[in-house]
Amino acid sequence: MTPIAKVEGRAIPLGRKNVDTDVIIPAHYLKTVTRAGLGKGAFETIRAEPGNLFDDPQYAAAPILIAGDNFGCGSSREHAAWAMIDMGITAVIAPSYSDIFSGNAVKNGIVPVVLPQDAVDRLLEVAKDHPITVDLETCTVTTPFQDRFEFTMDPFRRDCLLGGLDEVGLTLAMEDRITRYEAQAGAERPWLAA
Amino acid sequence: MSIKPRTLYEKIWDAHVVDRRDDGTCLIYIDRHLVHEVTSPQAFEALRLANRTVRRPDLTLAVPDHNLPTTPRQDAAGNRLPIEDAESAQQLAALEANAPAFGIRYIGATDAAQGIVHVVGPEQGFSLPGTTIVCGDSHTACHGGVGALAFGIGTSEVEHVLATQTLLLQQSKTMEVRVEGTLGFGVSPKDVILHVIGRIGAGGGTGYVIEYTGNVFREMSIEGRLTVSNMSIEGGARAGLIAADDTTFAYLKGRPMAPTGDEWDKAVAWWRSLATDPGAAYDKVVVIDAADIAPSLTWGTSPEDVVPITGAVPDPMSFADPSKQEAARKSLAYMGLTPGTRMQEVAVDNIFIGSCTNSRIEDLRAAAEVARGRRVADNVKQALVVPGSGLVKRQAEAEGLDRVFIEAGFEWREPGCSMCLAMNPDKVPPGQRCASTSNRNFVGRQGPGARTHLVSPAMAAAAAVTGRLADVRDLMGASA
Repeated sequence: MTPIAKVEGRAIPLGRKNVDTDVIIPAHYLKTVTRAGLGKGAFETIRAEPGNLFDDPQYAAAPILIAGDNFGCGSSREHAAWAMIDMGITAVIAPSYSDIFSGNAVKNGIVPVVLPQDAVDRLLEVAKDHPITVDLETCTVTTPFQDRFEFTMDPFRRDCLLGGLDEVGLTLAMEDRITRYEAQAGAERPWLAA
Repeated sequence: MSIKPRTLYEKIWDAHVVDRRDDGTCLIYIDRHLVHEVTSPQAFEALRLANRTVRRPDLTLAVPDHNLPTTPRQDAAGNRLPIEDAESAQQLAALEANAPAFGIRYIGATDAAQGIVHVVGPEQGFSLPGTTIVCGDSHTACHGGVGALAFGIGTSEVEHVLATQTLLLQQSKTMEVRVEGTLGFGVSPKDVILHVIGRIGAGGGTGYVIEYTGNVFREMSIEGRLTVSNMSIEGGARAGLIAADDTTFAYLKGRPMAPTGDEWDKAVAWWRSLATDPGAAYDKVVVIDAADIAPSLTWGTSPEDVVPITGAVPDPMSFADPSKQEAARKSLAYMGLTPGTRMQEVAVDNIFIGSCTNSRIEDLRAAAEVARGRRVADNVKQALVVPGSGLVKRQAEAEGLDRVFIEAGFEWREPGCSMCLAMNPDKVPPGQRCASTSNRNFVGRQGPGARTHLVSPAMAAAAAVTGRLADVRDLMGASA
């Protein structure tokens, strides 16, 4: 995974709540056995709306998306994160995310920034005409107008994003502990061996 | 040393901590991993590229379900019939090749035990109380019905579990949803969970694991509990839990993968010890009076858009939150509904009885009871009954339920995810309206432009025979 420290540029001011993963990438795009190329199906149902933001030339290749509460709710499909990466989005700003989506985002180099609704409202306003900066080193979102919003992120997730870390490799380095756990749990709960 | 009272969730969590990092992230051991064809190919591919193996293939079970057509899979001579959609065929073939290549047990498309992973797991006794269960599918929450900590994961996590049998997780907060009292006539477990989601909202459970408590759940069958826990994710909670009890043990005993002999007795003793301690605190408590729950359904495009069947399509202006007003306006435009219309006046085009939420034998019995001796209304274009597994199908046929459905004008299909998610040939055509026992009413979920109303199996059958969204209580107890 590519390390990520800062995301700067235009932000799509979507603003909607409960944007579900069927909206981010409909099921008929899930019949793939690779991770690439899903951007073509991203936000298909919103793109069918006349005058939608995704097809507005001023947001072409915008690296940031701003949304409402509960972004990424619904299905566990990581295709949602793959589709967003494929369309060039590497940061999302919203008041809350579904637990599964925010995990999938981090594992694919997308920064899920959590900010309160009033900050999100201000950023939605700014984003109409101006760029926004998400800085993961300082955990801030800034605008050209001296706005500065601090956010917090689970330190492990932040480290993974900043370092572009391979979690599987990190865990495999702890194999002795896993083996020890298996021996102990197997003795206490022998029925677990299927 | 005094031990702090703990909840069921905290006890299962504590029993699975392999390592705790300074920042609070825990490495959690995974006891059971269910795999299906849609969210696994990229994980197996990543293992191959990194030259990694599956750590515990014996704790992993693979079943195809999402892409499989629900039409017959073999000809009269027993030959496999081809899958017409090339991409679906490729994805199914990938699982069929990956499972043996990595030594994983595989229940294939023509196996009598094949079905939806979340139906197969409990049915086989693979899903056990007190275990951690994951699957690359958000409805893994389902297995909380047998008292397992079960949750959906993304494909990177599927890869992580395949390689390490663990996951890096932050502990969730706990929410108690307590339903006490007596459920009214015609009120099913599906109505209970729809009511709960309507109450807490689609994001209300985000960051929480829900434990369902109270006499309503204690008195509920395991299949009902699976239905309830299944839709925890529609309320934003990654997992739901219902403490295992004698009902759970009776359900699991003797299932093919359940423990036997001394191990069974030891297991039951441990499972009993997991119940939430008296005095344990939840981070949030929601109390619901069972008497307030009516047969319910959704009107919009979020699972929180719930009304009783006696209700009407709401006016978007009736919501306090301006963004919900806007969302409701968009939902009603998509759904083709007008504020104030009584739900029972809305005609339907399609009926879907199936999905991991409602495709077990009790669901089919409840639907068949309403369908028996009646006919699917003329305005209904398609009415599907899709058993959750081959074993459910066989049981239903032994009870004659297939005949009840077929004689009423329903189609009786092969097991799979079917019309729940528009990945296989079963779809709701654009602009058509479906009374569906599935779990999501999102825009396009059952097919582009499809309009979904989530209902219980009995309510779906009532909609089928009346041709409109109907109050099942008007049809129950009275013969056709």
